[in-house]
Amino acid sequence: MTAAALSAPRPRWWRSRTVRRFTRNKLAMVGVILILGLTLACFVGPYLLPFDELFIDLRARFAPPGTGAHIFGTDPLGRDIAARLFQAGQISLLVGFFAMLMSTVVGTVVGVVAGYTGGWLGAALMRVVDAFLSFPSIFLLLALAAFVNPSPIMITIIIAVTSWMEVARIVEAEVRSLRDRDFVMAARMLGLSKTQIMFRELLPNVIGPIIVAATLTVARAILLEAYISFLGYGIQPPLPSWGNMLNGAQQYLDKAPWLAIVPGVAITMAVAGFNFIGDGLRDALDARSDQR
Amino acid sequence: MIRYLLLRFWQSIVLLFIVSLIGFMVLNLAPGGPLSQYTLTPGMTKEALDRIAEQMGLNRPLPIQYLDWLWNMVQGDWGNSYRDGRPVLEVINRHLFATLLLMGSSTLISVVIGTWIGIRSALRAGTVFDYATTVAAMVALSIPTFWFGLIAIYTFSLWLGWLPAGNMYTVGNGSLGDYAIHLIMPSMVLALVNVAVWSRYMRSATLDVMSQDFVRTAKAKGLAPRRVLMKHIVGNALVPMITLAGLQLPTLLGGALVTETVFTWPGMGRLFLDGLGYNDYPVVMGLLMFSAILVLVGNLAADLLVALVDPRIRLD
Repeated sequence: MTAAALSAPRPRWWRSRTVRRFTRNKLAMVGVILILGLTLACFVGPYLLPFDELFIDLRARFAPPGTGAHIFGTDPLGRDIAARLFQAGQISLLVGFFAMLMSTVVGTVVGVVAGYTGGWLGAALMRVVDAFLSFPSIFLLLALAAFVNPSPIMITIIIAVTSWMEVARIVEAEVRSLRDRDFVMAARMLGLSKTQIMFRELLPNVIGPIIVAATLTVARAILLEAYISFLGYGIQPPLPSWGNMLNGAQQYLDKAPWLAIVPGVAITMAVAGFNFIGDGLRDALDARSDQR
Repeated sequence: MIRYLLLRFWQSIVLLFIVSLIGFMVLNLAPGGPLSQYTLTPGMTKEALDRIAEQMGLNRPLPIQYLDWLWNMVQGDWGNSYRDGRPVLEVINRHLFATLLLMGSSTLISVVIGTWIGIRSALRAGTVFDYATTVAAMVALSIPTFWFGLIAIYTFSLWLGWLPAGNMYTVGNGSLGDYAIHLIMPSMVLALVNVAVWSRYMRSATLDVMSQDFVRTAKAKGLAPRRVLMKHIVGNALVPMITLAGLQLPTLLGGALVTETVFTWPGMGRLFLDGLGYNDYPVVMGLLMFSAILVLVGNLAADLLVALVDPRIRLD
C-alpha cells in the first residue's frame, strides 16, 4: 500500500452513494419532511398554542375548525383539538419509536442466533417466529392489552411483543447466507467466541436490512397503537393518543366530522412518512439498484 | 407429491403445538387466571376459591394443566362462554358465516382490482400510471382501516345517503339484495389494504415472468400478444399469488375485526370485542386459537394448491 493511499481522506459518509441515492428519492424526501414536520409540531406546537390540551370550555363545544384560535376546532368537551392532537402525537410517536427499538433488538438477537447457530435451536426459534406470525396481530394485541395494565409503557411492550418477527426473519435469512463466508471462517480461526462472531463480525454486515425493517416497524407500531386505542384497549384517556382521539369520534360523525378527520390524517401522515423513508432506504441500500 | 404433503402437514402440526403453547401462556396472563370469573361473585371467600381451583385442577403443575387443556381442545371442548354458558365452538360457529362472507367478498374485490392494477403497471413500468399506483399503494397501506371506514360512512351514508352505515341486513327484510347493499361498504373498506398489497406483488410477479425465456419463445413463434399475455404471463404470475393469499390471511382477519367494529357487522371480530368487554375469557381465547388455526389451515391449503398447479415447487 502506498503512502498516498494511506493519507487519502476518509470518504465522508454524507457523500456516499447510498446517501446520494436516498436524497435523490423524491418520495423518501417527502417522508423525511412529513416526519420532521410532525415531530416538530408535536413537540414544539404545544408551546405555541394559546390552549392547554386539558382545558375544558363547555361554552365552546363542537366548534368547527377555524373558530377563533381553534385551528382544528374543539371536541365534545370544548377542548382544543390542535392542542390535544400535538400532545397525542408525542405519545403516539414515542410509543411507535420505543416499540420499534424493543422489537428490533429482540428480532435481531433471535435472528442472529437462529441464523448463525442453525441446527435444532435455529429451527426451534424460527418455528416460534412462524407461530407468532400465525396469530392476526390485532387479536393477539387486544387479548394481551385486556390482560395487562394499559399504561403507555405496557402498551409499548405488548406492541413490541407482536412486532419483532419480521426483523427476526430478515436477519435470520441474511445471517444464514453469510455464515460460511471467508471472513467468518477467519474469525473462527482467530479463536473468537461465538458471541463475538455473531455480534461483532456478522451483525455489522446485516445492519442495512435491519435499518429498513426498523423504519417500517415504526410505521406498523404507530398503526397498531391507533387500532387498539381506537377500540378502547390502548392508551387510556385523559392521556390523549391519536388512536383514542378517534375512539369517540364515530358517534359524532354527523355533527362534528372534524373529530374523526383530523387525528386520522395525522396518523396517515406519520405512517406514510415512515413507510416512504423505509422504502427509500431499501432502494438506497440495495446494491442492485446501482445499475440504474 | 405424497412426501411433500406429509412434510407440510407435519410442519403445520408442529406450528399448531407452538401456537397452543403461546395461547396457554396468554390465558395464564389473565388477571386471576382462569379463576377470574369467580372472583367477582359476591360473597366469594378465599376458601371457596381454593376449592374451585382444586376442582378445576388449577393447583396442579402448569405442564399438567397445559396437557389437560390441550387434550380438551383436541376433543372439541373449548370451554363455555361466561356470558350465556354455551360451548365456545358453538358461539364461534354462529358468527363464522358473517366474517367469512365479509372476508370472501373483500378478497374477491382485491384480487380482481389488484390483479388488474398489477398487470397494467408491470406492462407500463415507468409510466405515470405505474408511479401513481405505486405511491397510492403505499398511502393505502398507511391508512388505518377503521378510519377509512369512518370516512366512508361519513361520505356514503351521512352525506350522500347511498348506503347503510352498518349491520348485515335490515331487520324485517333480509333479502339477497339487502345483504348485498350492506356488504358493499365494509368489504370495500377491508379490501383497501389488500388491493395495495396484491397489486404490488402482482406487478413484480408479472415483471419476473415477462423476462423468462418461455415468454420470448412464445412471442418468437408468433403467438398473438394478447394470448401470450393472458396464457403465458398472467397464468404464471398468478401462481405465487396463491401463496400470498395464504400469507395475507392474518392481516385479512385482523382487518375484518376492525371493520366489523366500525360497521357493527355481526362476525367474529365483534364477538371478540364483546368477549373482551364482558371479560369472557373462554370466548376470547377460543377466538385467538381459532383464528390462528384458520391461518395455519389457510396457509397449508395455499401451499397444496401451489404444489398442484406448479410442478417445480413440489419438493423444497
